[in-house]
Amino acid sequence: MVKKIMAQCYIWLILLLMYLPILVLIAFSFTTATNVGEWTGFSFDLYTALFKDEEIMRALGNTVLIALISATISTLLGTTGAIGAYYHKRRVRRTIEMVTQIQMVNAEIVIALSLTVMFVFLGTYIFKANIFSFWTLLIGHVTLSLPFVYTSVKPKLEQMDPSLYEAAIDLGATPRRALTRVVVPEIMPGILSGFLLAITLSLDDFIVTAFTRGSGLLSGEQTIETLSTLVQAKIKKGPIPTEMRALTTIIFLIVVVVVILVTIYQHQRDKKTRKPGLSRGAS
Amino acid sequence: MEDKNVIISLQGVTQVFDKFTAVDNFNLDITKGEFVTLLGPSGCGKTTTLRMIAGFDKPSEGKILLNGEDITNVPPYKRPINTVFQRYALFPHLNVYDNIAFGLKLQKIPVQVTNRKGVTKTKMKHLSSEEIYKKVSHALKIVDLEELENRDISTLSGGQQQRVAIARAIVNEPEILLLDEPLGALDLKLRKEMQLELKEMHRKLGITFIYVTHDQEEALTMSDTIVVMKAGEIQQVGTPTEIYNNPVNAYVANFVGESNIYNATFTSESQVRFLGHIFDVDVKGEKNAKVDVTIRPENITTKRVKEDTPSDALIGKVDSKVFKGTHFEYVLMVGKSEVVVQNNKQYNVGDLVTIEFDTSDIHVMKKDVTTNIYPEAWINKANEVMISEHPFECDITQLLEGSHVDEDDYLVGPDGKKYDLKDADVIAEVGLDQIEIIEDETEDMLIGYVVDTVYKGDHYQLMIRSELEEDFIVDTEYLYSDDDAVGIQIDKKNIKLTLKGDISRYEVEE
Repeated sequence: MVKKIMAQCYIWLILLLMYLPILVLIAFSFTTATNVGEWTGFSFDLYTALFKDEEIMRALGNTVLIALISATISTLLGTTGAIGAYYHKRRVRRTIEMVTQIQMVNAEIVIALSLTVMFVFLGTYIFKANIFSFWTLLIGHVTLSLPFVYTSVKPKLEQMDPSLYEAAIDLGATPRRALTRVVVPEIMPGILSGFLLAITLSLDDFIVTAFTRGSGLLSGEQTIETLSTLVQAKIKKGPIPTEMRALTTIIFLIVVVVVILVTIYQHQRDKKTRKPGLSRGAS
Repeated sequence: MEDKNVIISLQGVTQVFDKFTAVDNFNLDITKGEFVTLLGPSGCGKTTTLRMIAGFDKPSEGKILLNGEDITNVPPYKRPINTVFQRYALFPHLNVYDNIAFGLKLQKIPVQVTNRKGVTKTKMKHLSSEEIYKKVSHALKIVDLEELENRDISTLSGGQQQRVAIARAIVNEPEILLLDEPLGALDLKLRKEMQLELKEMHRKLGITFIYVTHDQEEALTMSDTIVVMKAGEIQQVGTPTEIYNNPVNAYVANFVGESNIYNATFTSESQVRFLGHIFDVDVKGEKNAKVDVTIRPENITTKRVKEDTPSDALIGKVDSKVFKGTHFEYVLMVGKSEVVVQNNKQYNVGDLVTIEFDTSDIHVMKKDVTTNIYPEAWINKANEVMISEHPFECDITQLLEGSHVDEDDYLVGPDGKKYDLKDADVIAEVGLDQIEIIEDETEDMLIGYVVDTVYKGDHYQLMIRSELEEDFIVDTEYLYSDDDAVGIQIDKKNIKLTLKGDISRYEVEE
């Protein structure tokens, strides 16, 4: 009994620690007071102000664009890489895996700094110009999320019956068709979760962004601001802009919706494709 | 030279993986419409052979001809061959219908098209969905799954998945259907049903089936031709009856059906000696030629005899009795040899019975003697091996790794357990060049007489027979004349021993 109560307490404590700040934030997104803690009456003013604030909107646009583009690229590269490695000899596969894993645990500051140094080097000696731009930022984000995509696709490949590919080839599919019609659908959950992971990593990235950004995207000639760099810049000068409370609330709600959708999708898929044979009488 | 009816021909096909030869110089012609089974234990290369026919693996050497055309380098998706995989390999993300339609949707057929200018051209077109529907429905009907086309793969039983896998392969109307142990995952009853159904399907479809299995019964039931394989090599190709009744060697006899196999020696042109008796046989052989003989358990007739009946018939003592559902299986002991018999008679363990079989039921198989094997040897109390009831010094520690012999003559294992090997039955092996012939024989030597001499190019091969009619084959540089009496000596390190049964039964309880 005591054990049960303790367990319950523990869970509630953790939930409280995790979600209380968010709840406070959501609550105060509906009041206009500059100082959090003051309640100046319920209103949607912050939300309307948010959508009118061009600076924030531009940063939001930049963030979303970079997230989508970089996640798409790293999903493509990571998936093809994982498939390529899977059909390689064991030694090659091991090497590729180790190389990607090092990048996963590597400190972000190291990645950011080394990228910067490389871009400066390339800019000075090869391009003879400052090459910091949207492209360098994109490379930075792809570098960051690529290993995560690889790591989420790999187990799906390993779970797959290796004769599926051969079965497709046997039935008249060219290797490319076999890949797109059989292997990719089979590892889709892994690809999807890799894509989502890449988006999240890119959305809230600050260090790599701050180091590798240049001009471009919605910021035009100016240095690209993303939400994280914008907030950082604002904090340096004064209090957190009140509209940010509304923005973060919206982001949080979007995340909740996405998580729910993914959970439902996976549940459905699990129900549909419980590995054939496991249900009854297979070796 | 080409036989029109040969659909696929494997010529000198060899497959080597990392120095391991999985298939060695495989030559086989398969006729159109034949049901061919590759039979052998796991690791004998049968699946590798199938994979090369399908095109998944390229042979290291040799070539594969389909209808006379070399397809060795044709990729699998261009071969008119489809496979039913061991674990079905159905696509989990597609339902039954889409699994079966997978191949059809990829197919393109030539269609004559007349364009506006009136020019007729041949265009490659995909099948229309109606055509696909018609073909899938037909395939589902063949495998008896008409109602299930919209079901998800995971909701099907093993047997149903099996049928979907077959339908998926035959719907493409391949010239050859490959089946890789397709019934292995099914339970016994379902397997028997599917065997008959597959056979029936083969008859209806009229295409060539190449079937891989390790189950001899499956092979005998379904095949037109069986190819028995061992360690990457073909042992025998023949109809089930041929394989069963006339196995070419002891391996095939042992693998296909239950069999009594004995070492035998021709005593005259048409008589062989085994089980201590001389039997007439149908085939002719050179005197003193070493052969293997097999007798199928169901071909042996038995009759109970009284204990003291004097008889020159072959008498066995019932050692064990097992009821097999439709018959009893008895193991009879003749001296130290076992004779397995199947019949419906009632005997008890310990009964004495006569053992009889027709001359035509003794099947004689050639064998190459590479070593002298004495399957009826035993260990005496001085830890010597008795061959032909004569003691030879030997090293019994080879029976258990890491063991030694203690001062009480017990064998002591590495874990300290003691074994008393007195009267233990062993198989003794001695190489042909490891037997010494002593001309000045002494009392304590095993004496034998030279009964046969063959010149083998650079040495003579002698057959020396002991008084108890055990034969020793010896390679020697010197010529002896027949009937010379010689002494037989074997160095103790040259006697290889194998224990019959597990060593634990000789453990000494302390």
